[in-house]
Amino acid sequence: MDTSSRKTFRKRGKLLKLTGIAGEALLSAGALMGLFLSWHLVFNDSIQGDRQNQSAMSLAKEWSANSSIEPIIEPENSISSHSDDEPPITASPPEGQAFALLYVPRFGDDYVRSIAEGVDIETVLNSRTLGIGRYLESNQLGEMGNFAIAAHRTTWGAAFGDIAELRIGDRIYVEVLEGWHVYQFRNLEYVWETEVDVLNAFPRMNLDQTDAKVITLTSCHPRFSEAERIIAYGVYEGWYPRKGGSPAEITELVKGSS
Amino acid sequence: MYAALWRFLPGGRFLKIAQFILIAAIVVGVLFEWVFPWIAQTFLAEQSTVE
Repeated sequence: MDTSSRKTFRKRGKLLKLTGIAGEALLSAGALMGLFLSWHLVFNDSIQGDRQNQSAMSLAKEWSANSSIEPIIEPENSISSHSDDEPPITASPPEGQAFALLYVPRFGDDYVRSIAEGVDIETVLNSRTLGIGRYLESNQLGEMGNFAIAAHRTTWGAAFGDIAELRIGDRIYVEVLEGWHVYQFRNLEYVWETEVDVLNAFPRMNLDQTDAKVITLTSCHPRFSEAERIIAYGVYEGWYPRKGGSPAEITELVKGSS
Repeated sequence: MYAALWRFLPGGRFLKIAQFILIAAIVVGVLFEWVFPWIAQTFLAEQSTVE
């Protein structure tokens, strides 16, 4: 081999090495993107959903431990019907703080999530511990009117991932320190994001006052998109004070967390 | 890139493979816990509220 061809060979070797590194870098970048998508669309929902569930469980535990009233743990005592007492009006905490827990048996046997004040994306809806937020302009628990909350349908724990699976009559339980507010799911509605009248004291109606109590859940529609919003309405069924025991349907879950 | 890492890691073939797996696990952990949430938060803020 003469000198010139040896030079070309060395040059080729260098080029080969460079393209090799570039190829590896490109393959790695592709793998990274695939990994990100699988995290964003699949893994993070279970990872973060579990964390949100855990944190809600620990809040439930704290409440049952701190309440001076003995929580009823025996399932046979818990087939209590709702009370005629007026439920207490929940005082709004600072924004971003959890003040209630949501139980929806239709969303799974072990489903419990915290409801925080406000619907800020970063601090509430995407939060590792929260996930559900109350619209500040809506009514509080115990008040007449509309208790409106929002959560993700997909990604970030997907607290309302199964919102479209709700069937008429499904119970929606909202736990506060003093007991449980119970709602019955009524219907779904699909709206544009600008249709804020779903948050009115009586959804879709411009009334000065209402003597109805409703719950409104808002989330994304279709799944993995934000083109529209899916709205779930529930009507108030009753109030279960803590001293009377938890509603039968969620007793196992409440018991498990206490 | 990976060949250089392979040469750099001490031990025999199986030890090297074990170290590769460990490094991959650490990288995935860091990505899942910190990097990916930051990317999603910064670039993919999906709305689920009416406003």
